[in-house]
Formats: sequence, structure tokens, C-alpha cells
Amino acid sequence: METLMAYVVGLLFTASIYMMLRRSIVKLVIGLIILSNAANLLIFVVAGLTRGAPPLIPEGASEIAGSVADPLPQALILTAIVIAFSVLAFAVVLIRRAYEVVGTDDLDKMKDTDT
Amino acid sequence: MMLLAVLSGFLLAVAVPALYRVAGRHIGWVLALLPALLTAYFASLIPAISGGESLLIRNQWMPGLGVSLDFMVDGLSLVFALLISGIGTFILIYAGSYLKGHKDLARFYVVMLSFMASMLGLVLSDNLITFFVFWELTSITSYMLIGFNHEDAEARKCALQGLFVTAGGGLVLMAGLILLIFITGSYSFSEILASDLAIHEHGYYTAAAVCILVGAFTKSAQVPFHFWLPNAMAAPTPVSAYLHSATMVKAGVYLLARLNSSMDGDALWSNSLMFFGAATMFTGAYLAFSSTGIKKVLAYSTVMALGTLTMLIGAGTEKAIIAFVCVLVAHSLYKGALFMLAGALDHETGTKDITKMGGLRRSMPRTALITCMAALSLAGLPPLFGFVAKELMFESVLNSPAWSWGLLAAAVASSILVVAVAGLVFLKPFFGPARTTPRQPHDAPFAMLIGPAVLTLLALILGVAPFLPAPLVLDAAVSSVYGSGVQTALALWHGVNVPLILSGISLLAGSLLFVAWQRLHPTLHAVNTAGGRVGPEAGYFRFMLGITQIASWQTRVLQNGVLGVYLLILVLVTFGLTGYTLFTRHGFQLDFDFSNGYFYEFGIALLIVAATVFASVTRSRLGSVASVGVLGFGVALIFIHFSAPDLGITQLLVETLTVILLVLVLFKLPPFVNLSSPWERYRDLTVAVFAGAIMTLLMLAALDIQYFDSISSYYIENSYGLAFGKNIVNVILVDFRQLDTLGEIFVLGLAAMGVYSMVKLRAEDQHKA
Repeated sequence: METLMAYVVGLLFTASIYMMLRRSIVKLVIGLIILSNAANLLIFVVAGLTRGAPPLIPEGASEIAGSVADPLPQALILTAIVIAFSVLAFAVVLIRRAYEVVGTDDLDKMKDTDT
Repeated sequence: MMLLAVLSGFLLAVAVPALYRVAGRHIGWVLALLPALLTAYFASLIPAISGGESLLIRNQWMPGLGVSLDFMVDGLSLVFALLISGIGTFILIYAGSYLKGHKDLARFYVVMLSFMASMLGLVLSDNLITFFVFWELTSITSYMLIGFNHEDAEARKCALQGLFVTAGGGLVLMAGLILLIFITGSYSFSEILASDLAIHEHGYYTAAAVCILVGAFTKSAQVPFHFWLPNAMAAPTPVSAYLHSATMVKAGVYLLARLNSSMDGDALWSNSLMFFGAATMFTGAYLAFSSTGIKKVLAYSTVMALGTLTMLIGAGTEKAIIAFVCVLVAHSLYKGALFMLAGALDHETGTKDITKMGGLRRSMPRTALITCMAALSLAGLPPLFGFVAKELMFESVLNSPAWSWGLLAAAVASSILVVAVAGLVFLKPFFGPARTTPRQPHDAPFAMLIGPAVLTLLALILGVAPFLPAPLVLDAAVSSVYGSGVQTALALWHGVNVPLILSGISLLAGSLLFVAWQRLHPTLHAVNTAGGRVGPEAGYFRFMLGITQIASWQTRVLQNGVLGVYLLILVLVTFGLTGYTLFTRHGFQLDFDFSNGYFYEFGIALLIVAATVFASVTRSRLGSVASVGVLGFGVALIFIHFSAPDLGITQLLVETLTVILLVLVLFKLPPFVNLSSPWERYRDLTVAVFAGAIMTLLMLAALDIQYFDSISSYYIENSYGLAFGKNIVNVILVDFRQLDTLGEIFVLGLAAMGVYSMVKLRAEDQHKA
């Protein structure tokens, strides 16, 4: 399954970079969202996929008997999801504001500092 | 005590603005107390070192890095410390009068005291790193001093030039010092000097020596870096007097003298010192003779003296080192005096051009008398100390181990020119027909004459009785440069010998040159203008111009404001380097083994792929946003299915919010239109496919190999025992790595504030409209 996901993540990166290279600012944002998903999946998959064994200590026990999914990448991704969302929220509002001031959504026309 | 002595300048500098309010126009006298006290303190150390010993004062600073505020006092550093604090005393008094009523007088003293303290630290440091820190401090403070009149564009330009040359040389010097530390394994001058390690046999030696030489040459204005020094004349005269006489430019000479006994005996070291020293000596003397501004004349004669000093260190014989110390002291005394006198002339007559002055001896008799003495010392005439120094210089050049005739020719030519220069400095302004100057000339005030008077008096005493300082500091200073004990026996009169004859010749020829100056001058001026076009200064300007041209070209290409280009470069560089590393370290291996998946997992993967492709190709904004949502939910399913329930929950929540946010905000923007040409789209697609392929290969490689064991077992084992939590992911976030989570909360808070303020901004705009 990890092998298949490697190709899926590769496709996600391709799509995100292609979208970020577009001139429309909305497509840039879409590319950004895909990119953060791709990065999260990358970390998740590379750490190894485990079915049905979440890193939770069962009720009444004080440690885990068998093997569980690696909790560390999960903690990293949890942080990354939240940060990505905050960046996205900021970017979206900024873009909205930039469109109001500059009057275009074409990134190539937003290259002067004095607009 | 020593620590306080070195740092007191910085401490007092902090207090200057407050003191200025109290002391007002007497500030110069008040502040001069500090260097006067320091001079007394350093003088009290003379008995301790006069036998050739050295004092070490240790202070910890950053012991882990081998950096300490260790100070070493031996003959050489004490001579320098005495000159710095002694001349500094008079400079501070002088500046109070010279810059009387200047609006930035307090700022001047702040920088001046810091400069003095840096210079003291430089000559007294034992630790190489501390030495370098003080070295750079002198570059920076002198930059602020040269550019003191910062509203004048020319002054700013000259200050920047001085900074570029000296700080650039400083960087090279740093490399040299680090190499020296590698070679000797020691951070301390005293240990390096005491060790009998053959430094010049080490493999790094050539590089270290060249770097140190470049550093010292830039600081001490040796050819071809001599051009910054005359331009430093943009500074107020007290600064010039100080920079030229005892400080700044002497720092490089100090370093050369300091390391000489360790490097001695190496041909590279002594030959380059002799060659560049002699070249600088002659160039300086010639340029001094062909200039008309009194400060320029003096500045070039400093270049000449610095060349002489470097050459003498290079010659390296016992005689040459004695001559070195004598020239050093003599030059500091007369140059400090002459600069202050030149400032007085400028101050009282209103012009710097010696061709516009004449007959001033009647209106400025006291200034004339002191200038006469100082100029005699410059020209090297008895009974001044300059004469003793020059005789010694001739003698050591005659006995030089190499290139004796070449050095002698340069030395005689220079001293002929210097006699003429001394004539220019003294005879031109004070004798001949009186000329009208911009201001009605009268004698300079007491505060401006005391310094030159004391300094020339010292030069006279040392000239008449040159044996006086020998047992005190001279022997010790010579010994610390030469490397072993030396007994000097100086005398004013040696009887008729070769040096005396040479002196006579140069006096005669110099007088003739002086008489012919008026006629020679237009020719010299033309030659210098022509030479200036190809000289090192022109090279400096071309270099600076080149830097700005490269910068603007680079900005045009890289910083053109088009986001797409930035991204393309970023992506290509990042993924290109990643791919290259992957290929060389691991190789590319594709793997098509999908056998360990269930069919519904393939279903989720297919969903993600379909959503991504649709989001990228659709023309509908709503379709694009919705399929990005589908993508996010697909990822959430992956998380949940593969044992990450927390991630799944968070992802679902965030994805929902994202879609709502996009729908709310982005629909106020215009719909998608095709902005790019097909060529651009294919180019972008190629780059994107390349990046995606690299990521896939990287992941396949990462799945294939495991360099280290996972560190997760610690968290799994200790989650309940140490942190009393059963959800290990949560425990990691809020307990084991809580500081990271705090950082995350901080980022969220910032983003929230940014969003809020921008929304509010918009509301206000609408309100206004």
C-alpha cells in the first residue's frame, strides 16, 4: 500500500506545483492546499502504514502490549495541519485584500511594490 | 585594573552626553583626564617590563570558545599604549577647541573615546580572537569618525571607502588568524611567541602569512591599498591627527611587529615586507611632494612613514628593529603635532591649500615656532628625534640582509622628497609674501597649541638625549619585536659616517627640490591625474561599480517581481538538488508491487487522484474548491484507516473550514480565465511532473531504507508512566513537546490577528466610502 501511496503523493505534488505556477491567484491558493495535503501524506506514508492499531493505551492498562502505529509522525502532522490552515486563512484574506487594492487577480500584474 | 583601563573608554563614552550637559565647552579638558590617567597608569607599568619581561593579565570571557579578555603588556604593546593614551589626551583637549560649538560635539567624543578604547584593546590583547574583535571595532569607529560630517556626501563616500578597505582586509586577516590558530594550536599571542614551533614549515603557513599580510597592509595603507588613507582626511582634523599619529594605521604595523619574531627567518614574510614597505615609502613620499592641500601632504607623508616601518620590520636585523621603534615614536610625535598645527592653520586662516598661504609667521608666531620644530623632525634634522630615527633607518638599510641597494635607493629618494615636503609644510605657509586668506589669521588658542607644543618638546628632548628612554621602554620594545634581549645605545652624534653623508645629500637635494616645487608642480599634477586613471584607487571604484552592476543584473534576472519565475527557480533548484543527491547516494528504483493493499484502499487512492486531477483542470471555481474538499476528505479517510484517528478528526474539521472559507472569500474574485500561453503551460507541467517524480522516487527510497531506529519507543513507553496520558499523540503534543505546541499556538494567534486586522481594514474602507 505504501508503494501505491508514493505514486499518489507524487501526483499530488505535481498537481500542486502546476497550480502554484498558474497566474491566477485563486489557483495559487488551491495549489497551496494540495501541497499541504501532499506533504502531510508524505510524512504519514514514509513512517509506515499500520492498519487498526492506533497509538492509544487501552483502558485499564498502563502500557501497550503489541506494536502500534508510530505516534511521532502523527504528532508532527497534527501540528502541520493546523499551521497550514492558519497560513491558508491568512493567505486567503490577504489575497482578497490585494485584489481590492490592486484590482487584478493576475499575479504577473502584481509585481510592482507601489500598487 | 587592566580590564578597567582598556574598557574605561567605552564606559566614559556612555557618560559623555550627560557630562556634556554639565561641562559644556570645557568638555575636552574634562574628558582628557581619562587618557591622562591612563597614560600615568601605563607609565607605572614601565618598571615591570623594562627588563624585557611581559605581564599577562587573564580575564575569562567565553572560556568554552577559547576566547578570553587576556591582556599582555610587553615593551611593544606598552609603547603603543603610551602613545595612544598620551597623544589621545592632547587630541581630546584640541578637539574641544577645534570643534567648539559644533552641534554634534558630544557624538564626536562618544565615538572618539570608543575608538581610543578599541585601539588600546587592540594593542594590549593577548587573545587572537579578542584582538580581532578590537581590530574590527577600530575599523567601525574610524568609519564613524571619518564620516563625522555625515551630511557631506564626499565625507560619507570616503568613510565608506576606508571601511570597505579596512574591513575587507579584516576579513582576510580573520582567515589568517584562524589559520595561525590551526598551526600553533594556541589562541594566545604570548604562547605563540614563546613556542619554538617552526611556523613557516607548516603546510598552512603560506596561506596564513599572505592573509595576515593583506590584513595588515590594508589597515596600514601599504601599496596598493594606500589610497584610502588620504581620503580619510574628510574627517575633522583631530581625528586625522589621531588616526595618523598613534592609532588606526599603526594597528597593521603593530600586528606585523607583534608576529615578527615568530615569522622571522622566512623569506616570504621578510621579502614581502621589505618590497611593499619600500614601494609604499617611495610612493607616499612622491605623492606627498606633489600635493597641495596641507592635510593631503601630511597624509601622504604618513603613508611614507608606514612604508618605512614595514620595510624595517622586513629587514629584521637588530639595528632595523631599533630603527623601527625609533621611527615609530618619532613619527607619532611629529605627525600628531603637525596635523594639529595644520588644523590650527586651517581653522585660523580658513584654507587648506598651502599655495594660498604665505607670510603667516608674523600673525601666528607661536604656531610658526612649533611647526618649525615638528617639520625639522619630519625632515630628519638634528637635534630632533626624527634625525636619530632617520640615521638609524639609513644604517639598517645599509646593513640589510637582502636588496640593500634597492632599499637604499628608495630610502634616499624618499628622504630627499620628505625634506622638500617638510619645507612645503613649514616654509610655504609661514614665509614668503603675505597673502590674503579667507579669514584674518591670528595665533591658535592655547588648547590647540598645547598638544603640538608638548609633542614637539618631547621630540626635542628625545633628540638631544636619545639615551634616556632606552633603559625604560625602548630596550624592552625592541626585544619583544626582535625576539631576544637587545641593548640599544642611541646617540645624537655618531661622528661622520655613511648615514650622515646620506642625510647631508638628502638635505641638499631636498632643498633644491623645494625651490623647484613651484615650477615642477604643474607637471607633477598632470602626471598624477594620468596615473590616477590606472592606479589602485581607480581599480577600487571599478570594483565597486562592478558590484553594483552585478547586483542590478542579478536583481533584474532573479527579483523581477513575477511570482511564477521565483517559484520555477525555487522548485527547480530544490528538486534538482534533491534528485541529484538521491541519485548519487541511492539511485532511482521504481517499484510496482501493489499486492499488499485491499480493494477499498485502492478506492480511496483513486478518489484522491480523481479529486486532484479534477481540481487542477476544471474551469469552474466551485468545482475546483469542492474537489479540493474531496481530496481533503480522502486524506482524512487515509488517516483514519491507517491508525491515526486524531489526524482524521482534525483533517475533517480543517477541511470543512477551508472549503467554507474559500467559498466565502474567493467568490468575490473574478472567475478563472486562461492567462498563460500553451508554451508556458507545458513548461510548468514539465517542471511539476519532474518535481512529482522526484518526490515519488524519494518516498520509494525512504520506504526501502532505514538508517536509524525510530525514537518513538521512548514516547510509547513513557506516555503513561511519566505524563499520565493514554493518547500518545496528544501526550507528545501537550507534554513532551509542549514548547513546540506553544510556538504553534503563537503562529495561530498571529495569523488570527492578521486576518482580523485585514478584515477590519476592509470594513473601515467601506465605512469611508
